[in-house]
Amino acid sequence: MTAAVSCTGLTYAFGDTKAVDGLELTVEEGEVFGLLGPNGAGKTTAIRCITTLLPVPAGMIHVFGRDTAGDPMAVRRLLGYVPQQLSADANLTGRENVTLFARVFDVARKERAERVGQALAAVDLTDAADRLAGTYSGGMVRRLELAQALVSAPRLLILDEPTIGLDPIARTGVWEHINAVREATGMTVLVTTHYMDEADQYCDRVGLMHRGRVRALGTPDQLRRGLAEKRGTDTVPTLEDVFRDVAGSGLEEEGGDFRDVRSTRRTANRVG
Amino acid sequence: MSEAPAAPRTVSADISLLLKPPEPRSGWRLLPARVAAMCAVELQKLRHDRTELYTRAVQPALWLLIFGQTFTRIKAIPTHGIPYIDYLAPGIIAQSAMFIAIFYGIQIIWERDAGILNKLLVTPTPRSALTTGKAFAAGVKSLIQAVVVILIAALLGVSLTWNPLKLLGVGAIVILGSAFFSCLSMTIAGIVLSRDRLMGIGQAITMPLFFGSNALYPLSVMPGWLQAVSKVNPLSYEVDALRGLLLGTPAHLALDFAVLAVAAALGITAASSLLGRLAR
Repeated sequence: MTAAVSCTGLTYAFGDTKAVDGLELTVEEGEVFGLLGPNGAGKTTAIRCITTLLPVPAGMIHVFGRDTAGDPMAVRRLLGYVPQQLSADANLTGRENVTLFARVFDVARKERAERVGQALAAVDLTDAADRLAGTYSGGMVRRLELAQALVSAPRLLILDEPTIGLDPIARTGVWEHINAVREATGMTVLVTTHYMDEADQYCDRVGLMHRGRVRALGTPDQLRRGLAEKRGTDTVPTLEDVFRDVAGSGLEEEGGDFRDVRSTRRTANRVG
Repeated sequence: MSEAPAAPRTVSADISLLLKPPEPRSGWRLLPARVAAMCAVELQKLRHDRTELYTRAVQPALWLLIFGQTFTRIKAIPTHGIPYIDYLAPGIIAQSAMFIAIFYGIQIIWERDAGILNKLLVTPTPRSALTTGKAFAAGVKSLIQAVVVILIAALLGVSLTWNPLKLLGVGAIVILGSAFFSCLSMTIAGIVLSRDRLMGIGQAITMPLFFGSNALYPLSVMPGWLQAVSKVNPLSYEVDALRGLLLGTPAHLALDFAVLAVAAALGITAASSLLGRLAR
């Protein structure tokens, strides 16, 4: 079976700073894969390379066997992407937001309205579809973005920090919708998050990223048990303990540049 | 007794269409489809909020009402026998369309900050098609503004043509001119990457473009150096064509269309090549 995503020796630098440093990563088809790490770990840069937003200066990325550098248009047709920011247009209705993406993914006019309706229904936004997105709550905007991504029937859904700034109930709601949609469509989900508890609960496998590389990889259970064995204790550690263990003394509070933090804060402010 | 855990959420709605990827458009059909999609978004936004349309009508109305009427009485500017306010009206139409387009780069930077641009860049849309779509969307916005200014001019007694073919030509000229100025703005956005810098540069170039054109006075009364500036300023060609079409004054329509089309094409090429910088 072809891997959904395969990164080999992916390296990306901003000036002298290596954001991604020889990343090796494989996401299997049909799984929910969580890429975890603090600000500045290189998650978003890796995601931007996978989505073809950034060129790949060193290394290779394949999405369902297609080379992102050689055939970016073919790769984009396989992707649904939800960026970290609240990216629905507040000046359009929910339906118009989804319709725009139906149009740019070439959904034929005769089935466009029905497909948009199905995408909105899949995330329980039918009743709010004709309201301006600016009147939506943070959780509703995230679900709208999910509908925008779903309308083109992507094989790989990429979500960059989808629950940042949301309250616990909205976070759970967003994850429930992601899982329900994955269950119904069989698509692969690649998600980045800061929240270890979410990854533990909702991801099939996780990669713990630090300083541009994946430092640990496996199911949450494998990683936790692995650390328990290493420590020789019966108490099962948390995923955060695993992360602290693999990051070692290099886990400082200086990760993430000004733009990352500003973007995160802006998103958090917008969702209230 | 503990509560039974909630059943996991399932999708109960019919999602049969969401399991089938759409048939990709290819070749020549892709560009008009993307342009239509971007233009539709601009029209939808204007339908939801017309405030910008009303507020942007104030400045051209003042130009025509105060500057136009005063200079018509002074008769200081040679206009080949037509009232100055009539002479001025096409210049003000071009100016107000340019003012909308020249700040379009700010919208692109806002879309970058909001993640909208990145999301569009991850769709199967070549960057040139995305830029062309945005350029024509700016053109549609400017066209609506031009209609408002034409109506204001008509109310102020300016003798404009109502020939539908000539009005169609006016529409095409406004769209081409705005496509160029919006691409100029998007190109600068791709270089400076920040809203504040673009705002400053936009303000710095807008007035020279306006005063360095034939919008307010004919080429013949300009000093030599300003005539040279005016001849390389696409706004002059836009104004020349608008005057010819709306007032019937002598104009170089073929040259005007050609210059604006080439300028728009060059603008789209430059802006497309820099669009990727905004995604980084």
